Amino acid sequence: MARTTVTKGTANHTPMLKPKQRLGIRMMKQWDIQLMVIPALVLIFIFSYIPMYGVLIAFQDYKVGHNFFSNPWVGFKHFESFFHAPELYTVMRNTIVISLLKFAIGFPAPIVLALMLNEVRLMFFKRVVQTITYLPHFMSWVIIGGLVTTMLSVDIGSVNGVLVGLNLVEEPINFFSIPEYFWTILITTNVWKEIGFASIVYLAAIAGVDPHLYEAASMDGASRFKQIYLITLPTIMPVVIIFMILAIGSLLNAGFEDILILATNPGLRSVSDVIDTYVYRIGISNFRFSYATAVGLFKAVVSVIMLTIANAIARKSGNSLW
Amino acid sequence: MIRYSIGDRIMIGCIYLLLTLLAFSTFYPFWNALAISFNAGLDTAKGGITFWPREFTLENYSIVFQDSSLLRGFGVSVARTIVGTVLSILATSIFAYGMTKRELIGHKYYMLMGIITMYFGGGLIPTYMLIRNLGLMNSFWVFIIPGLISVWNMIIFRTFFKGLPVGLEESAKIDGSGNWGIYFRIILPLSGPVIATLALFTAIAHWNDWFVPSIYISDENLLPIQTILRQTLLSNISVTQMSGLDSASLARLEQMKNVTSKSLTMATMMVATLPIIAVYPFVQRFFVKGVLIGSLKE
Repeated sequence: MARTTVTKGTANHTPMLKPKQRLGIRMMKQWDIQLMVIPALVLIFIFSYIPMYGVLIAFQDYKVGHNFFSNPWVGFKHFESFFHAPELYTVMRNTIVISLLKFAIGFPAPIVLALMLNEVRLMFFKRVVQTITYLPHFMSWVIIGGLVTTMLSVDIGSVNGVLVGLNLVEEPINFFSIPEYFWTILITTNVWKEIGFASIVYLAAIAGVDPHLYEAASMDGASRFKQIYLITLPTIMPVVIIFMILAIGSLLNAGFEDILILATNPGLRSVSDVIDTYVYRIGISNFRFSYATAVGLFKAVVSVIMLTIANAIARKSGNSLW
Repeated sequence: MIRYSIGDRIMIGCIYLLLTLLAFSTFYPFWNALAISFNAGLDTAKGGITFWPREFTLENYSIVFQDSSLLRGFGVSVARTIVGTVLSILATSIFAYGMTKRELIGHKYYMLMGIITMYFGGGLIPTYMLIRNLGLMNSFWVFIIPGLISVWNMIIFRTFFKGLPVGLEESAKIDGSGNWGIYFRIILPLSGPVIATLALFTAIAHWNDWFVPSIYISDENLLPIQTILRQTLLSNISVTQMSGLDSASLARLEQMKNVTSKSLTMATMMVATLPIIAVYPFVQRFFVKGVLIGSLKE
C-alpha cells in the first residue's frame, strides 16, 4: 500500500512541470522553503515508509545477516502457520472479547460523565471533579499499574482491607492470580484512567447547545432527564458518531501497554494474550521476525476492513469520516 | 431561575453522589500510595495503611535519593524530555511553516505523504529491525530521532500559522526578511499558546515512555526512571509469587524483604510522578485547549 503511493507521488510530479523551466531549477529557486520541509520528509520516509516496506518480510523467511532483498520468498506460509497455531483461538478470542468490552463500556462512559457534569451547577464542585478525573490520563501505565497492584495487593491492598473488614470474604483475594478477574481489572482500570479526559470533547460539544432550547423545554414541563434525552443527546450525536467510527476502526487494538503492565503473571496468558502482545512476545523475545510481522499485518488488514465498513454504515446516517 | 421537580432533585442528587464517588476512587489510590511511601517499610507489611502513615518516616525517600541508578534514571528522563520536546517542537513547527507556503512545489504530495503515515504503519517488528539496522540500539538518540516529526502536530501548527494575520509577514518581507527570518522573528514569537500546548503533550509522552527503552536499551546507564520503576515493580511481583510456593519460613523472610521494599517502591513511584503532578495545576487550561484543537481538526 505504502509503496504504490510513494511511486504515484513521484510520478505525478511530471504534470506540474511548466514548459518554461525545469522542475529542479524551480525548486532550487525556492530552496529556503524546500529546506524547511525536505529534512522532515526524509525523516518521515525513513521512520514510517521503510518499516511499511519492511512488512514484506511477512512473505519471506527472515535470516540473520540477510536484508529485505536476499531473504527467500515463502508466500503465505507464515499466515498459514498462524491460522494453524495452537494460540490462534486464545489470541483471537481475547482480542475480540477485550476490545468489545472496552468499546461497550469505555465508549459510553465519558459521554455519561459529560452529561452528568453538565447538570452540576456548583462550579467549584465541577472543577474539582474535572481536575481529579483528568489526572490519570497523564500518568504512564507503569504508574497506573503500580497503583492498581497496590490497591489490589493481598497484604497491604485497601480493596482486600475493605472486603475483609466488611466480612465479605474470609481470606484476602490474590486478584492477579485468578484469570476470571483479569478482564474486569483491565477494563475498569482503562475506564478509570481515561473517562475524565475523554469527556472533555463531549463537554465542549454540550457547551454548543443553544440554551433557549432548554428554556423552551422546561416551560413545556419537560423534566431534566427528558431535556438530556431530547435536547442534549441529539445535539452531540454527530460528535458521538465520529468518535464511534474511530473507535470501531481501532477495535482490534485490544490493548498493549496496559496488558503488558497488568498481566505480568504468565498464568494469566489464557485471558490476557491479544494479537499485539503475541506479536511482541514472538517477535521481540523469540526473534521470529517474519512470523510476528505476518500476524501484525493480518491484524492491520482486518482493521482497515472494519474501518471501511464502519464508515460506510455511518455515511448512510450522514456522518462519515471521508 | 429554573425550578426543579422532585424527580429532577432526585436525579441531581444521584449525579452529585456518583461524581463524588468517581472523584474519590480516582484520588484515593494516589493518596494511599503517598501515605505508604511515608510509612516505615516493616510497618507497611502489617497492612491497613489507608489515608495516613502509621509510622511516619522520610527514610524511604532518603534511600531513593541516595540510589545512584535511580538518580541517573531521573536524569535520563529529564534529559530526554527536555531535548526531545525542544527538538521535536522546533523541527515540526519549521516543517509546518514551510507547508503553509502555497508556492511550495509539491506541497500537495508532501501533505499526502504525511497523512498516509497517520493511518498506516509498518508495525512493531519492521520498526524494531529498522532501529537495529540504523545502529540506534543503546543510543540516547533512539528517544529523540524517530519521534522528531509528528505529522499530527504539524497539521495543528499549520492550521494555527495560517490563521495569523498575513500583513505581519508581508511587512517583514518588505523590510527584507527571508522566510527563515520571518519564521524565527515573527511566527515563532506569535505562537506561544500553540507551542505551549503541543510542548506539554510531547513532554508528557517523553516522560511517561517506558516501552521504547525497554526494547531498545540494554545499557542500564541509559534507562529512564519509568523503565527502572517498571523493573522494580516486576521484581516485587515475582517475589510475591515465589513466596506463595516456598516453605513457610522462607516465605515469611521473602515477604519481609518484599514489603519493606513496597514502601520504597511507592516512594520511587512518587518521585517519578512528581514532575507531572507539579506542572499539572498550571497547565490544565492548555491541555483542555489542546484536546479541542485536536478534535476540531478531525
